[in-house]
Amino acid sequence: MRLSAFIESVGVIGPGLTGWAHTADVLAARMPYASARTVLPPPAGLPSAERRRTGPVVRTALAVGHEAVAASGRDATTLAAVFAASGGDGQNCHAICETLAGDDRQLSPTRFHNSVHNAPAGYWSIAARARATSNVLCAHDGSFAAGLLESVCQVAVDGVPTLLIAYDTDYPEPLHAVRPIDDAFGVALVLAPQASAAALARLDVTLTDANATPLATPELEALRTNNPAARALPLLEALAARRPGRVVIDYLPETRVQIDVTMPERFGEPS
Amino acid sequence: MKPLILSHFTATSCLGRGLDATLDALRGQRGGLARCDFERAELDTWIGAVAGVDAEPIRADLADYACRNNRLAQLGLTQDGFAGHVEAAVARYGAARVGVFVGTSTSGILETEYAYQRRDAQSGALEPGFRYAQTHNPYSLAAFVRAYFGLFGPATSISSACSSGAKVFGSARRMIEAGLIDAAVVGGVDSLCLTTLYGFNSLELLSREPCRPFDVNRNGISIGEAAAFALVERAPTGPDGHDGHDALDSLDDDAILLLGVGESSDAHHMSSPHPEGLGARVAMEQALSMAGVAASEIDYINLHGTATPSNDAAESRAVGALFERTPCSSTKGATGHTLGAAGALEAVVAALTLRHRFVPAGINTTQPDPALGLDYVMESRAARVDTVLSNSFGFGGTNCSLVLARAGRVRHGHSGYSS
Repeated sequence: MRLSAFIESVGVIGPGLTGWAHTADVLAARMPYASARTVLPPPAGLPSAERRRTGPVVRTALAVGHEAVAASGRDATTLAAVFAASGGDGQNCHAICETLAGDDRQLSPTRFHNSVHNAPAGYWSIAARARATSNVLCAHDGSFAAGLLESVCQVAVDGVPTLLIAYDTDYPEPLHAVRPIDDAFGVALVLAPQASAAALARLDVTLTDANATPLATPELEALRTNNPAARALPLLEALAARRPGRVVIDYLPETRVQIDVTMPERFGEPS
Repeated sequence: MKPLILSHFTATSCLGRGLDATLDALRGQRGGLARCDFERAELDTWIGAVAGVDAEPIRADLADYACRNNRLAQLGLTQDGFAGHVEAAVARYGAARVGVFVGTSTSGILETEYAYQRRDAQSGALEPGFRYAQTHNPYSLAAFVRAYFGLFGPATSISSACSSGAKVFGSARRMIEAGLIDAAVVGGVDSLCLTTLYGFNSLELLSREPCRPFDVNRNGISIGEAAAFALVERAPTGPDGHDGHDALDSLDDDAILLLGVGESSDAHHMSSPHPEGLGARVAMEQALSMAGVAASEIDYINLHGTATPSNDAAESRAVGALFERTPCSSTKGATGHTLGAAGALEAVVAALTLRHRFVPAGINTTQPDPALGLDYVMESRAARVDTVLSNSFGFGGTNCSLVLARAGRVRHGHSGYSS
């Protein structure tokens, strides 16, 4: 079975990157990259009580999820979703571990339910009224690639469109010393089994042992290797430049994911 | 879906190590819960701890992965000859053609809890030997299993709270069907830690007695820990390459097949289920539909059945909407709620009911709640069990149901599948 999917839309947020249109301009060198702390919008779609309980990891996931779904024109309520992240809310995890190391170990209920790895998936489901399946993956630094494989398999095997949301946020010390992620980055893709007028590109995915494609700009390359979700940047760069060809992204230590990117004018031709 | 065969499986929980101990306890209606004596957990509750986890020496070449969760994983992998069967599959297919999909909710976070107790008094730093990637990170479990068998195929941990151990079957199914792999080690491992003990305590969901799912006086969960694994492969194909019941002739009658996986989301609340069990119902309907099995053909339901008042009520409404008096029980009274491992542990329990043809009692429950209207199994008994459903639901409104069946049933008989 050919592992293919059509990308219909992209959502992105990261340090100095606000939304796909802006990020595409930066990645295609139509605009200079100016790194700045990631600015996270308030999480749209949640009741106010839920909104107050969300931390950066949920806000990152919801920001890119909403952007991608809106751009695709798809109905979020029936869209299957795959969430991929190396970690959860670092600040929340730190607070829990501090409390549990002390004499009074009582936790707050909100801290606890925000600690589950699928908290962003749960909040997304509430915010988007999404009742379809969602899966929640972790493959450490290869989490984006794991999510992409899962999504493309869902598209190819089950023949349904899928929303992939990958994100990771920074950890405070002392966890930062062992997991040095410096800032929030999120990316979302709507992937579909058939080419539509909205399709930006077709992806054909295989496993490879070739090295990951680096980014030419040193600052963006540093971002790519600092945040697991930013391992998606070589793919985003190809989409931004509307450049057909092959990119390789990080996955597992000796295995990477090769993506052949085909632009719409070539959809009719064999890959 | 094309059926998958669970060619080998194993489970280790507070009921004991391996399938024989698990089967004996379920048939004998014995549970493994005991008063909470977990270090630093000063809580009036009961837990299902696996004996001897801390004494399990992690294999020397995998020393970096040492933590309670991976010790429990290793303990699980070494029961019932499971590791040998995986090694045979690797020899058959190649190390790059065997995937790893394992569920966990807290992975080795206990190691980080310890590290925070031993922070440097001056700088607040964690001790130098702390290994985040191999212990705390959710992927550490998949990485450990992959390293244990020297696998090079796709691998991921799945961490969707208490549905994790069931959803692994869905990911393995898709990747096998996509042709990326020929077999997968799937499973779930979750181990006791303060985060979940104090976390569920904060939600006032811990029972002060051994949990009593579906009892009129049910009052909360008992947390357990477990390691459960299955080796899943394509069911044999016919001479023309097509899957079908003729090809299944090469299987024994009591071979266990996975026929359907249903997955849904509640879109309701982070820590309580949809009151009518809507998401749960959709997951069950999808699993049945994918399996080509009618609700009336299900012989036993292993309920999620956590024993909180609202969870069991919501699940009973969902079950009641689809099934008429199908025998069902939650085995969490025996094992405790093993969180991210529960879906895998209960898939193995479901496989045992098929292989040994019995229905297990839901122990600790003395008076099934009449308001829930289910045929709750109160005595373990032999029964003609050909097709079963297993439910796993979790925080964040994530739902997963599995349909498993004996190969003999699929061959001889019912449903759209045999036509």
